[in-house]
Amino acid sequence: MVQVDAKILENREIGSQRYKMALSAPQIGRQAKPGQFIHVRVSKSFPPLLRRPFSVHRVQGQKIEILYKVMGKGTEILSRKKGGEYLDILGPLGKGYQLPSATSKISDIILVAGGTGVASLLFLAESISVANPELSILVLIGAKNREELLSEGDFRRLGCGVEVATENGTKGYKGLVSELLEKCLPLSGDKPKLIVFACGPSEMLKMIGKISRKHRFPCQVSLEERLACGVGACLGCVVKAKGSTYTYKRVCKDGPVFDAGELIWE
Amino acid sequence: MMRKAKEKPPNLAIELAGISLKNPVMVASGTFGYGEEYAQLVDLNRLGAIVAKTITLKPRLGNEPPRMVETASGVLNSIGLQNVGIDAFINEKLPFFREYDVPLIVSIAGETTDEYVQLAKTLQGEKITGLELNLSCPNIKYDRKLMFAQDAQATHQVVSRVRKATSLPLMVKLSPNVTDIASIAKMCEEAGADGVSLINTFTGMAIDIENRKPILHQITGGLSGPAIKPIALRMVYEVHKTVKIPIIGIGGIMTAGDALEFIIAGAKAVAIGTGNFVDSLTSIKVIDGIREYMVKNKIKDIKSIVGSLKCPKS
Repeated sequence: MVQVDAKILENREIGSQRYKMALSAPQIGRQAKPGQFIHVRVSKSFPPLLRRPFSVHRVQGQKIEILYKVMGKGTEILSRKKGGEYLDILGPLGKGYQLPSATSKISDIILVAGGTGVASLLFLAESISVANPELSILVLIGAKNREELLSEGDFRRLGCGVEVATENGTKGYKGLVSELLEKCLPLSGDKPKLIVFACGPSEMLKMIGKISRKHRFPCQVSLEERLACGVGACLGCVVKAKGSTYTYKRVCKDGPVFDAGELIWE
Repeated sequence: MMRKAKEKPPNLAIELAGISLKNPVMVASGTFGYGEEYAQLVDLNRLGAIVAKTITLKPRLGNEPPRMVETASGVLNSIGLQNVGIDAFINEKLPFFREYDVPLIVSIAGETTDEYVQLAKTLQGEKITGLELNLSCPNIKYDRKLMFAQDAQATHQVVSRVRKATSLPLMVKLSPNVTDIASIAKMCEEAGADGVSLINTFTGMAIDIENRKPILHQITGGLSGPAIKPIALRMVYEVHKTVKIPIIGIGGIMTAGDALEFIIAGAKAVAIGTGNFVDSLTSIKVIDGIREYMVKNKIKDIKSIVGSLKCPKS
């Protein structure tokens, strides 16, 4: 974990209100694991006061990438940054995805992305394909419409199978990506070999959590939450998790990736 | 280190309620965890002191989320004193500080006066530097509806009983949600407090207009950050006119300039709160900035400018 002033290499609009930013941050790149995030101070003046968290989308040598959608004032300011400017970033933070070990019986991996949820899953797919090239990865990408689908080509270039779902049916399956997941599940006898990783809006993750319970396969979900400190100190970002009755876990430190089974969905 | 022999570096060291601090810049309770969360980012040994997150007798789960929302130049929170409880604090959190050379002030809160006394007694033998009584958390329910720091008599009672129970330096964290904070500070002084920390957060709220619901689950929360700084400063100024015990100034400090305003208004030390979230190095930058200010203005000793405000004669 370091706090550095990182040089912006590129900040490119890749779709309507969606941007990809590349930063020179070798230390963070070396340490980052899929599912971890960086906490970005978008402006030295305020408001906005607090940092904004973004999953690491990709690491390439000295360079890290984030992928984001303009949601409010913070991301709006970020979208206007130009290559050559510097950005105060803190990271890598949080607990990322737990990759299947080489000795595990896992043979099938499904990644489920909703909207900008592709951000952390591309880094995951790259890491798995380097560590375990024999594993087959199926990626399900969901969006409202064809124009908002992200990263399809990047996943294909890695050799992943890709299926898409759009809510208005302009491309691929018409409906929610969680419904598409249920259709793509392997036959029941093969489920012990399956693991699912999901990132996207909380409603989507909740549904995928339900499906994982019903079909009994391991599932890790990456939660999105507004954060203050990002390092586990302020306890502002907690989610309810199972305990003797229940307990609270910090999205920024105990997550953002959780086993779907340990969370209490409300 | 090469330095011109004549130019002595400015002296930032202070003594606060019997505690020697390397400099007057502390980190405020609830914004710095138990130190370990920030240890990779901040050289803890450079800090004036660390005030740990408030501890209660029993572990507390804290409030239902959402617990936090950003507002204009501020943050509203309703954490609800989530903490591991005094036993786990002593066994699991305190050992971490053994490696560090930084004063540790432990913030405690109870629902009753007896709980404060019991907490103070439990900590008496431990390796800590001082206590801060948190009488002013706006996010928990009190038997008596008001928080302690909103009731002068209750404040007097809890401070004097804890005073008798401990020999540790004793600070009291005050609430700004009162009509006359100076009179509450006076009560603390009379009851034997060694210092007052002000201020805690202002009660506030934020509403989601699309569904007409409060954003925080607890409806209201405590407002911190630069938004409250001018009010905190005014309160430090008022309390400084009223009491002789040292004041720790807290409220939206982001820069050395902010900290110096508090010191000039009468704070002997300051604490960084929300500023830690924005930039983990805020406290370090404030220390360096105070030193630069002193060099530039030929101030040899920080103590010489505490309460040095020049008001126009009326």
